[in-house]
This record gives sequence, structure tokens and C-alpha cells, in this order.
Amino acid sequence: MVLVLAIGDLHIPHRAPDLPPKFKSMLVPGKIQHIICTGNLCIKEVHDYLKSLCPSLHITRGEYDEDARYPETKTLTIGQFKLGLCHGHQVVPWGDLDSLAMLQRQLDVDILVSGHTHQFKAYKHEGGVVINPGSATGAYSSITYDVNPSFVLMDIDGLRVVVYVYELIDGEVKVDKIDFKKTATAATH
Amino acid sequence: MISDGVEDEEKWLAAAITGLQQNSFYMHRALDSNNLRDALKYSAQMLSELRTSRLSPHKYYELYMRAFDELRKLEMFFKEETRRGCSIIDLYELVQHAGNILPRLYLLCTVGSVYIKSKEAPAKDVLKDLVEMCRGIQHPVRGLFLRSYLSQISRDKLPDIGSEYEGDADTVTDAVEFVLQNFTEMNKLWVRMQHQGPAREKERREKERSELRDLVGKNLHVLSQIEGVDLDMYRDTVLPRILEQVVNCKDELAQYYLMDCVIQVFPDEYHLQTLEILLSACPQLQPSVDIKTVLSQLMERLSNYAASSTEVLPEFFQVEAFAKLNNAIGKVIEAQVDMPIAGAVTLYSSLLTFTLHVHPDRLDYVDQILGACVKKLSGKGKLDDSRATKQIVALLSAPLEKYNDIETALKLSNYPRVMEHLDDGTNKVMAGVIIQSIIKNRTHISTADKVEALFELIKGLIKDSDEKLHDEIDEEDFNEEQNSVARLIQMLYNDDPEEMLKIICTVRKYILTGGPKRLPFTVPPLIFNSLKLVRRLQSQEENAAGEEVAPTPKKIFPILNQTIEALSAVPVPELALRLYLQCAEAANDCDLEPVAYEFFTQAYILYEEEISDSRAQVTAVHLIIGTLQRMNVFGVENRDTLTHKATGYSAKLLKKPDQCRAVYACSHLFWVDDSDSIKDGERVLLCLKRALRIANAAQQMSNATRGSSGSVTLFIEILNKYLYFFEKGNSEISVSVIQGLIELITTEMHSENMTPDPAADAFFASTLRYIQFQKQKEGALGEKYEPIKA
Repeated sequence: MVLVLAIGDLHIPHRAPDLPPKFKSMLVPGKIQHIICTGNLCIKEVHDYLKSLCPSLHITRGEYDEDARYPETKTLTIGQFKLGLCHGHQVVPWGDLDSLAMLQRQLDVDILVSGHTHQFKAYKHEGGVVINPGSATGAYSSITYDVNPSFVLMDIDGLRVVVYVYELIDGEVKVDKIDFKKTATAATH
Repeated sequence: MISDGVEDEEKWLAAAITGLQQNSFYMHRALDSNNLRDALKYSAQMLSELRTSRLSPHKYYELYMRAFDELRKLEMFFKEETRRGCSIIDLYELVQHAGNILPRLYLLCTVGSVYIKSKEAPAKDVLKDLVEMCRGIQHPVRGLFLRSYLSQISRDKLPDIGSEYEGDADTVTDAVEFVLQNFTEMNKLWVRMQHQGPAREKERREKERSELRDLVGKNLHVLSQIEGVDLDMYRDTVLPRILEQVVNCKDELAQYYLMDCVIQVFPDEYHLQTLEILLSACPQLQPSVDIKTVLSQLMERLSNYAASSTEVLPEFFQVEAFAKLNNAIGKVIEAQVDMPIAGAVTLYSSLLTFTLHVHPDRLDYVDQILGACVKKLSGKGKLDDSRATKQIVALLSAPLEKYNDIETALKLSNYPRVMEHLDDGTNKVMAGVIIQSIIKNRTHISTADKVEALFELIKGLIKDSDEKLHDEIDEEDFNEEQNSVARLIQMLYNDDPEEMLKIICTVRKYILTGGPKRLPFTVPPLIFNSLKLVRRLQSQEENAAGEEVAPTPKKIFPILNQTIEALSAVPVPELALRLYLQCAEAANDCDLEPVAYEFFTQAYILYEEEISDSRAQVTAVHLIIGTLQRMNVFGVENRDTLTHKATGYSAKLLKKPDQCRAVYACSHLFWVDDSDSIKDGERVLLCLKRALRIANAAQQMSNATRGSSGSVTLFIEILNKYLYFFEKGNSEISVSVIQGLIELITTEMHSENMTPDPAADAFFASTLRYIQFQKQKEGALGEKYEPIKA
């Protein structure tokens, strides 16, 4: 059982002062094995904060990130799953699931995590899963109105991944979960 | 020399202890055989060791303790003797025959203890006699220990109310008198030590005096324990007498210690009720006494007392504690002209803490204290005394912590004036403290006036001071500062759009004075706050009369435009481009075509004139394409112009792969799902074909320069785009077109001078798999895909 935090589009301090306190109290060091971050943190302080939660931190570059050295895309293997990470402003049309699926094929990953739209999405197709963890601070987006702060926690266990999405709605944290199973044959490509 | 002295002392002490032990041995032998005469003889000899002048107080104490223990046994013997019929009065007289005065007095005190216990005479008479007799010893160390002995053995025998030794109506007065007299005499002896011996040994003397101070202070403790001493007695007798001695002794060490003792030992309610008396002693003390520490201690105790229970608060009001303390502090500061600033501020700080505890609602008091501080600081310009500045920061932080609400601090008119006296560095630190307090408490500053007051307070962070200190600022610190200002801007909010717009304009006014270094930090948060306002107003309609009452997006966009323009002074074209595109999208949502077009124009100009870095260009082009793709407000002409430019930029990117990708991204500009009017299948295909040509050119270049074909990835990407539009129903994209591309890729991948590329292989494989999946779908989709051979 491996816990992976998918989080991004915090836009601190351009669009939000900080993570919501209810989220901050939930995210404690030592509980999570990996953090994958879609980008747009935007400043070093946020990077350091995430690093303090978990040393295995993977970030891709968002268009407002202060650190220009983050890569455009990243792939990593966790257990039986190959994960791909990309901020998403590079994939036009923004938020288009078919175009994201193309990126997924190109990176050859089971799970693609990308952001930019600030709207949570978990979409399954034959080729795998596309996840958008939304904006952890509920930051303003030109694409999505009424953004609720959200992030995703993935529990990877063998060929199964349970995706927990945490959303802050009207001051309360609501949790939802989605199950994905990978077929064994898909592992042989 | 000194180590010789210590060695000698050790020797003398050892000798004295030996002497004492020897005589006590004989004394015990006499006690065992009930030989009173011999017991007295040997005890007197034993006590003679205490007549020494050679020991320092520390060593003398060791000797004294041993004697003390022996005297206890002697006392028990005396008690037995009286039971055996010996008259206590005779005994009392007998011991006075001892040759030397010091042993005589120790013995007398010991018998006195038994005398009082026997109750053959009133306690007060015996005590009075003893306390007077002790006058015979005027040597400071010996006298102090003797009187300490008297104090120790008399403690449980005072004629207090409720004690078995209670006397007549004046019994408490008698008890108090005794202790006061002992105290007074002890203090005099203690002070006299200061002047004994040569001047060069002053430090050593003062150290020795410090070791003895508790002997003197103990008396005050005893006084506080006397049951019969109520508030009236304390106020009318005890305190005045103590203070009289304290003032008259004119000794710095004694005054400081005893004032502190009084404050610590007596209850807080008494202090409240005798505040005036206590405070009036302060100016009478020696100028060198650290009276500010004493006053601070007092105020701290009273603060804690106030904090302990709300029931005691009315007392504070009743005795007008604040006024008295404020007055006393003023007088002290006035009198001690040389008091360092740090000291004065500490005093005000303590008074402020006191006020926050006792009168939290009296902002006028708080402001008054700050005003007094300002007065003390006036004429001093910016302080460079780090202790003073530290104290000022503590002073200014106290209201923030207490009220947890910056708005209250903003009401204090003297607050900014105090801040002005901080040097630039500390001023910024303080501004940081203020911002932290706001962010931590999640307070929203909700009116333009308050924002103005706040930004005035933190102006050290907002703009450069008159002195040019750029080079000295650490870059990381500067970034942190400015980021906290950016966060602060997020906390400025009001639901009412009109007020919100005023807030935005106020903030804008301040940040535009910040200079090129600060603008990249402060402009974005302001822009996004404004965009949030625009979005809120989007849904509002004009009122019935057709007039626009509240602010409208139309009024806000020009402000946005001008603010982003300010970034050109830095310059940060990439950031500005992003902000222009954000505004364009907002204008699109407000249905303001000319405004949106104007923002696009600005973005394009920046791209053409200012963004020359290849990597930056690639990102910028994708942002432009992504934004433009979402625009629905443009008429055909405008859209065409902007699209044409965008495709032009794409084709002119430096690296071929980047060109290719940008160009096929442009295909989406000609096909928008939600729109019926933007579905130009031909232009889409043209784009994709152009992308193919570029991919081909990239292959040829690779052949020419590296001798092997480059990756086929680009072809696979374009294939995926073909499939995308094929699915969407673009009739220009036929099965044969797709088939042709598949075959091209397959050929290329098997060609001889192909460098193996596993990633491309996998990509192609998953694309083919995708085609298979789609074939298996039911309905029109499956039918569509059926003819494709993969």
C-alpha cells in the first residue's frame, strides 16, 4: 500500500495566500510516500513545504512557477503503475480529455496526472486513467468558475488504485473515492 | 595572594569548627550530668568561635549552622531545667554572666525562647528586651547572624492573633513592632557593610552583601505571614515603616532588593490598594537604583493578578491604577534623564501589557502610552540601539497579539509614529510581524480606509525609503518580504463591489510606488483580485434605467490594462503576456469584444518585441493558442487576424519539433466543439498537413546532420490528431489519409538508418491499440473506425 498525494495549482501568493487550514491540518509529514505536483506552486516556500511533507517530491512546470527548472513532463513507476505528470497548459484544448489521452499514450503511462483547469477530474478509458487534482487552494481560474479547493490521494496496492478526492465545499471537507483496476495483460506492454 | 586568602579561610573555618566541636562535646557531657554551670561555661566557649572576624559571610554561615544545631539541644535542656524547678527568670539572668557579649546574647535568645514558651511573661516583653539587647553587636556580619537567630527562634512565638501567645488588644502591633525593629536594625548593619574596607574591594563587598540579603528580606516575609496584619495595618503601619527605612538608608543595593522583596512578598490586592504609597517612594530612591525593573515587576504582577480573574478588575478601576502607574512612570522617566531609551521603552511596554490585561477596551489608554513613547523618542530620529529597537518591536507586537485583529491596531494614532523611529531593517521586521498577524488570524481588511492605514504602516516594505540601501538587502529576504506583501493583498476583500474597487485602487496606488524590483511580486495578486471582482460583476445586469450604478467590468479593465503596463518598467514580458491573456479571457466572458481584442494585441506585441528566448517563446505560443481557442466573443475578422498571427508565430519557432507541435496545436483554432461557426475542416487539415511537412523537414535535417533518421514521434503525434478530428466528424480527414500516415510511420520505423526509439515504439503501439478499442465500440464510432487497418 503506497500513498501518493496528487496536488497542484496552488498559485501562492499570486491568487491565494495559503492552503486552507483544514487541508493543512490533514497533510502531515510521514504519512505519504510520494507527492506528485502538477505545478504552479508558485514560490520556493511552497516547494519547501511540500518537501517537508515527503522527500519524494515530483513537480512539473506550470506557467507561473518561479523555478524554471522543473521539467515539462515527468514519468515515474510506483508499484505496478506507471504515472505521468504534466501541468497541462501545453495540451490544447485545455482540459480536453481526448487530447490528454493522447499525451497519456505518448508518455505510455497508466495514470496521467495533469492540472491547469483547477477542476477535479478522474476519467477512465481503455488506455488508463486521467486525473486532475484541481487547485488545492481554490485559486481563481479563467477556465473554471467557482473553484473548490481540492487534492487527490491515491492508494496504490498491487494492480489496484483507489483514488480519494478531498474537496472543501462550504467550509467542510468532503471525500469521494473511485476504484481503478489495471488488467494484468496491460502490464506486458 | 587571593588563593592564599581562600586557603587561609579554609584553615580558619576548620579551626573554628574544631573548636566548636570540642566545646560542644564538653557541653554535652555537662548536659548529660545535669551540670548547668558547666553547660553554660562550655556553650559560651563554643559560641565564642562566632566572634571571629576572619570569615567571609559564606563561611561564617557554615559555622553558624553548626552552632545553631547545638543551641537547639541546649534549648531543650533549658526546658527540662525549668521543669525540674529551675526558675526561668533566674536562668535568664544567669546566662547574662557570660564573659563576652556575643555568646551572652545567643544564650539569652535561647533562654528567651523557653521563657516565652513558659508564658511566665508576655511574649511581647521578652521579645522587646531581646531585640533591644542585640544592639550590643554592631559588627555587620556578626550582628546580622545574631539577629537572624533571633528571628528564627521567635517566628513561631509572635503574639499574633490566634496564636497561643496572643496578648491584649494591641497584640498584633507588638508583633509587628518587634519584626520591624529587627528588620530596621538588620538593614542598617547590612548597609554598613558597603562602607567597610578599602574602595578597591567594593566589588567583593557587594558580592558578600548579596549573599546576605535574604537574611534581611526574611523579616518582610515574616511580616507578610502575620495573620493579624490586615490591609489597614499594612497600609497605615507596615508599609510606611518599611519604605521609610528603604528610602532613608540611601543604599542602592538595599533599595533595589527590598523594593523587589516588598512587591514579591505581599499580596497583589494590598499593592493595588497602596499603589500610591508604593509609587511615591520610587522617585525618592537613589538615582542609580534600577527602578524601571522594579516598576516592571510590579506591573507584571498586577497584570497577572488582573488576568487571574475578572472579578478583581473593578478594584483596578476603583483605585485608578492606570492613572497612578502612568503618572509614576512619567515622573521616573523625567527624573532619570540619562535613562537609556531601551529602559524607557521597557517601562512603557510593561505598562502596555498591564493596560491590555486590565483595560483591553480602552484603546485611548493604549494610544496614550504609545504617545508617551513617541514623545520620549522625538528628536531621536531613527534608533540604532538594538536593545531599544527590540523593546519597541515587543511594544508594538503586544496590541497585535492581544487583539488578534489588525483593525484595532490601525485605530491607534500613535502606532505609526512609533514605527517611524525604527531603523529601516527593524521597521521591515515589524511590518512583517503585522502581516503575519493578519494572515495567521485570517482577518479580511474590508475598507479602503483601513487598507490605506495599513499600507501606511507597512510602507517600509512597499517602497524604498529615502536612503538607498539596495545593495545591502539580501535577495532571499527581499523575496520573502515581497511574497508576504503579495499574500497580504489576498486578504483585502469586501463583498460590496464598490468598496472592493476602492480597495483595489488604493492598493494599486501604493504598489505602483514600489519600483521595478517589487512590481513582479505585487502586480499579479492585484490583477487576480480584480479579475475575481470582474467575474462577480459579470452576472449583474444594468438596472432598469439603463444606467450603470455599481462598478462594472468596463470600468475595471482599463485599470487592469494600465497596471499590467507598469510591468514594462521592470521589464517582465513573459509575466505581462500571461496577465494580458488572463484579462482577455475575462473580457471574453463579459462579452466585450474590443477589450478582449486589445488585450490580445498587447500580448502579441510583447511576444513579437520582447520575448526572444526560444523556450519562453514555445510556452508563450501555447498559452496564446490555448487562450485564443477558448474565445467566443470575436467576430470573424478579428478572429481571423489573431489566428493568422498565432499560426505565424508557431511556424517561426526556432526548433523544428517545437514548430511542428505548435502548428498542429493551431489546428484546434479552426475547430471548436461548442461552436457551430468554428468548424472549418479544411483549415484543420491544412494545419495538420503543414505540421507533417515540418516533421518531414525535421527528419531530413536529422539525416543530414546525424546520418540517421530522427524520431518518428512527431508523426505519431500528428496521427493522433488526425484520429481526434476524424472522430469529431471532420469530413476532410478520411480513412485513406489516416491509413497513409500509419503506413508512413510503419515504414520509417522499419527503415535501416532508424535509431531505435522505445518511447516512440510504445507510443505507436498504444495508438494502434486505441484504434482497436474504438473499432470495438458500438454504433457510429465503431463503424467509423472499422476500415482502418492497424
